[in-house]
Amino acid sequence: MELPDIWFIAIAVLWTGYFVLEGFDFGVGVLLPLIGRDDTDRRVMINAIGPVWDGNEVWLITAAGAMFAAFPAWYASAFSGFYLPLLIVLLALIARGVAFEYRGKGDTDRWRAWWDRAIVFGSTAPAVLWGVFFANLVRGVPMDADGIVAAGITDLLNPYALLGGLTTLAVFTLHGAVFLTLKTSGPVRARARAAALRTAAVAVPAGAGFLAWTQYAYGAAWTLPVAAAAAMALVAGAFLAAAGREGWSFTATAVAIGAATVTLFGSLYPAVLPSTTDAAYDLTVANASSAPYTLTVLSWVAVVFLPLVLAYQAWSYWVFRKRVSREQIDPAPAYGGREPARAGGGERPDAGTPSAPAPSPSGD
Amino acid sequence: MDALDLARWQFGITTVYHFLFVPLTIGLSVIVASLQTAWHRTGRYRYLRATKFFGKLFLINFAMGVVTGIVQEFQFGMNWSEYSRFVGDVFGAPLAMEALLAFFLESTFIGLWIFGWDRLPRRVHLACIWAAAVGTNMSAYFILAANAWMRHPVGFTRDEETGRAQLTDIWAVLGNTQAWSTYLHVVSAAFITAGMFVAAVSAYKLWTSRPSGPGGGTDGEDPAPGANTPAGRERELFRTTLRAGMVVTLIAGVLAVYSGDHQAKLAAAYEPMKLAAAEAHWETEEGAPFSTFAVGDTDERLNVVDVNVPHVLSFLATGKIDGTVEGMNDLQEQYEQTYGEGNYIPNVFVLYWSFRLMIGLGLFGVGVSALGLWLTRRRRLPRTRWFYYAAVLALPAALAANILGWVLTEMGRQPWTVHGELLTAASVSPGVSLGTVAFSLAAFTGIYAVLAVVEAGLLWRYVKAGPSHVIPDRDDEDEQTADSPVPAFVY
Ligand code: HDD
Ligand code: HEM
Ligand code: HEM
Repeated sequence: MELPDIWFIAIAVLWTGYFVLEGFDFGVGVLLPLIGRDDTDRRVMINAIGPVWDGNEVWLITAAGAMFAAFPAWYASAFSGFYLPLLIVLLALIARGVAFEYRGKGDTDRWRAWWDRAIVFGSTAPAVLWGVFFANLVRGVPMDADGIVAAGITDLLNPYALLGGLTTLAVFTLHGAVFLTLKTSGPVRARARAAALRTAAVAVPAGAGFLAWTQYAYGAAWTLPVAAAAAMALVAGAFLAAAGREGWSFTATAVAIGAATVTLFGSLYPAVLPSTTDAAYDLTVANASSAPYTLTVLSWVAVVFLPLVLAYQAWSYWVFRKRVSREQIDPAPAYGGREPARAGGGERPDAGTPSAPAPSPSGD
Repeated sequence: MDALDLARWQFGITTVYHFLFVPLTIGLSVIVASLQTAWHRTGRYRYLRATKFFGKLFLINFAMGVVTGIVQEFQFGMNWSEYSRFVGDVFGAPLAMEALLAFFLESTFIGLWIFGWDRLPRRVHLACIWAAAVGTNMSAYFILAANAWMRHPVGFTRDEETGRAQLTDIWAVLGNTQAWSTYLHVVSAAFITAGMFVAAVSAYKLWTSRPSGPGGGTDGEDPAPGANTPAGRERELFRTTLRAGMVVTLIAGVLAVYSGDHQAKLAAAYEPMKLAAAEAHWETEEGAPFSTFAVGDTDERLNVVDVNVPHVLSFLATGKIDGTVEGMNDLQEQYEQTYGEGNYIPNVFVLYWSFRLMIGLGLFGVGVSALGLWLTRRRRLPRTRWFYYAAVLALPAALAANILGWVLTEMGRQPWTVHGELLTAASVSPGVSLGTVAFSLAAFTGIYAVLAVVEAGLLWRYVKAGPSHVIPDRDDEDEQTADSPVPAFVY
């Protein structure tokens, strides 16, 4: 195995990390209006992902940065070739990131309703578009000898890619629902369990179909068991959620997303971006990569720092392992120095000292 | 107008926008961490309130910095694919390191800090904000090393076959003189700005809460700050932060001048055309003067009016009063011989004025701070209106200085993206049409404009509401044991 192959795997790992982690916070965003019946419910949901969503998003930033550094030609062709989908992803991520932070900082229902829309759009659009993006990456795009992609929006919206988009949307939503069963309590948890079952009714057939199509049209021999494992994990995830085995169910959906991502990258290899114009123009692991020196440098950096990152991210998940419940949510913030009324029964199980003064409206 | 022009506009607009939030994040993260450290050390409730109040403003700003940053990273591939193909081997490495070493640290620990107030032991919680501040300041180093490489490319060769840049020495790239010099200059500028932010907010709060009515105190003395009333305690808090902000700005100001001088010397060495253009300096001279006001004719390539200070430019550029400073006309000829026909002179008007305004507007806040520290010595607070107005105005001035510094740097590099190696015109994505770029430019500009209004509105509302809105007032300043009164969840 040569350095470019190792870096192909490294990039697959980064995207897998991204989809497994941000997958559930996308899912929570998609489900916001469906599970969150009132403002308190929605705040329970948002706070369940609050401490971690930004760290999850950095997996994307790192994946893109690693593509730029290790496979400049891949990064250049794919990012300019998928200009419009990526533009929409960017706009969605902007709207969503700001919405999490600003939603609770206004005092009218209209203000919060607008940011809720931003969260729903900002989570749904990328959840669909990442599927479209990767399906097209596997399928190939019209690309000339200079690596210039000439794919119109109609080229990108082919049936295979659309199925890919439906799959990522449904699977991320399922993953998010399962996450909510694990991390919340009360009505949100109950509704999330019901939602997980209903989402699975779409996610399982779509996912199985997409994986089968990928395997049949583009797969390698070794990706077959991986794809099968992905489909099985998906089914298991739904049943485990129904049975109330929340930890296992979340593990299963995470495995499903991981195995599906591996299937996609495995089907792509050794190409990184196939050309539908002429197979001779394919960008491959060999012809798109940086020189060995750069890859060696990057390898050292990754070997030293990736474990460190994993360690402190895992620690942060551990710190926030407790369930979020309605009782922990303070009343909506008020402005102009008015002291908000404390909601009844507001004893927080894991709050600091019981004698703590009245909590601030929105402090952190 | 072609796709290239619009791609340039888009890059310029989105980076300038990103850089409105960046200096505040860089500086405020450290200032907030220091305030929390002060609380941790002394147990004074005032510092906790200041931490929470400025922490809130910091987070409002931080959110914008994060979401606009992702756009920057994607844009290299989307709009500048030929650039990415050419430089990825070299330029991608610091970018990937930035994400892995700095962004993960920053984002994970910010999350822990925001949500960890009542879950983490105090020391650990304090360590979280410091980790985030370190991450932020590290991220600046990597991205600036990448940017510095574009101005002074080192540690690479050109691949014979493909013509692309190839990394040969990562330490040369990370240790580039231009990189650490730029880092020092940019981080000083960021601390000028963040210090001024704290000072401006404090000045506004002190001015609006001043004891009204004539004769409220003897001149130069403020009667209220010590009073143990809610208003008095709040004034005491803002008196402390006003001075802290001004101290930060003053120290950073000294470093900015020192490193700025170094930047000019490096420009003379590596990008003489930029310095010559920034000085509207057409002919090569020994003992060149520093121009303070000039009206030029860029077609005739000479200045019609020029008000000079003799020898200063030579000193700035070379360290010797009789040093030789090359002029644009000679440089243009040299460049044509080396690189072929073309116009290698950047926009003289923009560079000349951005250089002067950067210095002037940036040092305005430093001046206000020096004066302010004198006026607030020994428990004094000035009662004159102009001081508060000047302190508030110095904030937009400092932000403008940051932007103008970048305009100087980036437009001065034109027509190159990588000096001497790759032209801007050859960097753009060939496959992306004019219509597509026009659409994305409109979309980004639109959403950025809306968000600017929203974020300014939020900052304003939190500043007006004051610390009591974020954390209740209390009169036992030195109470050590009380736990932080915060709700469990914040979103
Ligand atoms: C001198 C400093 C500096 C400069 C020149 C830039 N940035 Fe920046 N960037 C930061 C300093 C910074 C920061 C202070 O570290 C930010 C601002 C707010 C934040 O969260 O981190 C940040 C955020 C930020 C993020 C989001 C990180 C996250 O999610 O936590 C990305 C992806 C980038 N930047 C990428 C870029 C790119 C590709 C740039 C080049 C055009 C760029 N930045 C210029
Ligand atoms: C955050 C501070 C920055 C600001 C405010 C800024 C500003 C600008 C501006 C105004 C332009 C347009 C210049 C012109 O077209 O005449 C530009 C171009 C460019 N900048 Fe920066 N820049 C910043 C940082 C960076 C960094 C850190 C990088 C690289 C890592 C970078 C890479 C580029 C590139 C590739 C262009 C190409 C487009 C062009 O040359 O027109 N910039 N920048
Ligand atoms: C006497 C004072 C100063 C001098 C001599 C000076 C000099 C310079 C020079 C020569 C550059 C261009 C570097 C290059 O392109 O190679 C520059 C850039 C810049 N300046 Fe200044 N500067 C001064 C003060 C300030 C102040 C007060 C601020 C902001 C508050 C500031 C902010 C910037 C920024 C953000 C850049 C762009 C980044 C860089 O290239 O370093 N400068 N400065």
